[in-house]
Amino acid sequence: MAMAADVPKDSFRLSMLIYDTRYRSYTIQIVVLVLFALAVAWLLNNTVQNLEARGKQFNFAFLWQRAGYDIGQQLVPYTNDSTHFRALLVGLMNTLVVAFFGCILATILGVLIGVLRLSKNWLVSRLMTVYVEMFRNVPLLLWILLSYVLLSETTPAPNAFRITDEMAAAGEAPAASMILWDSLAITNRGTNIPSPLFERGLGSADLGFMTLNLTFLALVLVIAASVFVNRRILVSARATQEDTGVRPVTWWKSLLVLFAPTIALLIAMGFHLEVPELRGFNFQGGILVAHSFTALLLALTLYTAAFIAEIVRAGIQAISRGQSEAAFALGLRPGRTMNLIILPQALRVIIPPLISQFLNLTKNTSLGIAVSYLDLRGTLGGITLNQTGRELECMLLMMLIYLSISLIISAVMNMYNSSVQLKAR
Amino acid sequence: MDQHFARTDMLPPMPPPVTERGAIKWGRENLFSTPLNIALTVLGVGIIWWVITASLPWWLNSVWTASSLGECRDIVAASAGEGATGACWAMIRQWWGAFIFGFYPPTEWWRPILAFGLLFAALSPVLFSGQTRNLTLILGVVLVFLVGTLWLAEAPALAFALSVALVVGLLALAQVRPGLTLWFTVAYPALCFWLLWGGSVWGPLVAMAGFAILYGVFRFGSPFIGLAPAAGAGVVAAVLWWLYLDVPVVNSLQSMLPFSLRSINSDQFGGFLLAIVIGVTGISFSLPIGILLALGRQSDMLIVKSLSVGFIEFIRGVPLITLLFTASLLLQYFLPPGTNFDIILRVIILVTFFAAAYLAEVIRGGLAALPRGQYEAADALGLDYWRAQRLIILPQALKISIPSIVSTFIGLFKDTTLVAFVGLMDPLKGVTQIVRADINWKGIYWEPYIFVGAIFFVICFGMSRYSMYLEKKLKTDHR
Repeated sequence: MAMAADVPKDSFRLSMLIYDTRYRSYTIQIVVLVLFALAVAWLLNNTVQNLEARGKQFNFAFLWQRAGYDIGQQLVPYTNDSTHFRALLVGLMNTLVVAFFGCILATILGVLIGVLRLSKNWLVSRLMTVYVEMFRNVPLLLWILLSYVLLSETTPAPNAFRITDEMAAAGEAPAASMILWDSLAITNRGTNIPSPLFERGLGSADLGFMTLNLTFLALVLVIAASVFVNRRILVSARATQEDTGVRPVTWWKSLLVLFAPTIALLIAMGFHLEVPELRGFNFQGGILVAHSFTALLLALTLYTAAFIAEIVRAGIQAISRGQSEAAFALGLRPGRTMNLIILPQALRVIIPPLISQFLNLTKNTSLGIAVSYLDLRGTLGGITLNQTGRELECMLLMMLIYLSISLIISAVMNMYNSSVQLKAR
Repeated sequence: MDQHFARTDMLPPMPPPVTERGAIKWGRENLFSTPLNIALTVLGVGIIWWVITASLPWWLNSVWTASSLGECRDIVAASAGEGATGACWAMIRQWWGAFIFGFYPPTEWWRPILAFGLLFAALSPVLFSGQTRNLTLILGVVLVFLVGTLWLAEAPALAFALSVALVVGLLALAQVRPGLTLWFTVAYPALCFWLLWGGSVWGPLVAMAGFAILYGVFRFGSPFIGLAPAAGAGVVAAVLWWLYLDVPVVNSLQSMLPFSLRSINSDQFGGFLLAIVIGVTGISFSLPIGILLALGRQSDMLIVKSLSVGFIEFIRGVPLITLLFTASLLLQYFLPPGTNFDIILRVIILVTFFAAAYLAEVIRGGLAALPRGQYEAADALGLDYWRAQRLIILPQALKISIPSIVSTFIGLFKDTTLVAFVGLMDPLKGVTQIVRADINWKGIYWEPYIFVGAIFFVICFGMSRYSMYLEKKLKTDHR
């Protein structure tokens, strides 16, 4: 009886590379790899030829040449004698500062709107729906341009704040006045905000490549230390609660630890606010925040908040009703139900899309070019690029920096995400 | 003795107390249930009141006919008193052509209008394959739209007659052989390109012939040399056609049968015409590329997977603006010396890649959400990879991801405004800047932004509502 196992053993044929699933994936991958390598080689070859034809070289030495242009908002010291690299750093800091404040403000506003949209109050939830739909369905660029135009064309000129002697005699008010207890002046040149000053500051240390503001450093250190001590207090309170079942009262300790050292340090260093004052034709003292920054921050916040509100709403709605009913059955009050039952679960749904909103916001800061905000795109990818004519280097470097920022943000947020995810056992 | 009393008839039910019915009950429950709610309601009413008192006079005092902002303000002051504010929509009346068409010559406006109308005629066979009733409906609406707008745009009589004849012909075809209307969809890209940019009719036709050659070689070669080699031979033949035969064939055909439209440069495009051209092309090309990238990212093949991941993460990691600048500044480095092709085309390519990377992630989510059993069942049925994807996996995965796909499309459409930064005239920054620089309208700011924003809102809001409708319609599970 012939055995079924007698099938003739296949010898390898060339057609098996295409028709045999065991080998086909290798064939496909090798073909793809070869095609990819050819494409890359073609692009590189073209680039080399084009560079030669234009008589350019591919190097980054231009970064150490004199920049020769001014930047309005600078968080690291910079003059027009500084290098292009320095300008890049200033631009990068400008990008990051908008992204940082934008993320924080958009999260606060977005969570507020998302929760209010779920409110039982008919009027409020409808208003929030209008807000969300209005901001989501209109391009961000419109909000940036509109806020900039409104800020710079409808606000009064500095001399509208002036009180002349005749006006004082007649008891008339000036055409415009400062807001927030006379500390903030919005003019058509920018927003004047009070600046923090220290009478007995610690000065700064020169580290050679950069100067370190010791006053600022001391503040950061003290705040970090108080947060750390506060965390220790909470941990020990928790341990006591686990042991004895009674939670020690900690709120006054926390308050004391969190605020007393910082306030003491501020008083010791002679902290006071310098309020902007109208002198001559303009406001003196304080900090002048350019409208390009305010408009960009405002528009990014309002726009991203609409998206975050939707994410928060979806996250809360994703938690089944049984959870809150069970919490009520246990006798928890609505506030505690939200804090202890709903939010920790909703957070797991909310965080991944929230990360991509933060990334979007960071990338959207590059729209600052519309209002001439000199961020990374405006310095490295704008003026530096135009002055030196090094499109290839500038664009590649800029993409690399944006890519690294994105990767860093998503790495940090993913770490946070994995810490709140359910630990599957 | 015992006495019993039993009620023999029911009491008529009392009406609920006044506070428990009608508007009062609704208000108590929805507006004033708790102190916090009362505060929120008061706040909400306050906000609405503030918005209305601040903007209602402005809307009511709108001026529709004036030749400059100063004249507008005089009219408002004359009619509503000194110091009153009023909208000046006269600006839109004067400039609407630029907002919609950019600097496209007004005598040729019928061409984008026709292309826009035919877009829906080309889409309907895809959306309603073989359903004569829906096809007729859409084509009828297109016909009415075209007749109306072409008449308003004062199209030349010949163009008017030809476009009406084209749509009527399609209508007739839809009655007889609805399946054949799909060929119109296939021909539409070339037709649209020719209508918008003009030039010789033979350019797009000969370029399309390349695809016909590809298909022909594949179709007739595959019985002899197998599927994959035939496909390769087809691609080679098509590329040879485009590289070497395209230009001479176009030239000789043009000299024999000169038939061309006035050619329009890309820098004359602008306004919503530009936004829609970039948006629609980007949307239709990014979906297939996005699907391929998503499948590549889910693939078992290491090289394919890592290339897809690299592409997706790179594109998603950089802002769109940098990609647009790549289109305008860097492509001249990456392409062979001397190549210089159209800026709109370059922008469309980069926008398509950008949207494709986002779509790939969205579709990957849909693929991952499918239960493992679906993949295994497809394998068990003996379907090969492409059949399994086409018949089992993708229909379900795409259905799950419809809301996110549509919001990516909305994002793409909104992002078309960013082309302003590479010198194209988008409706928002490009046209509005020109209007605001006009000496007559200097200092106008609410009206252009409200006008452009409203159009964007209508389109994007419509798209998101359509996706909700589609989602509901396609929902087949019984949970």
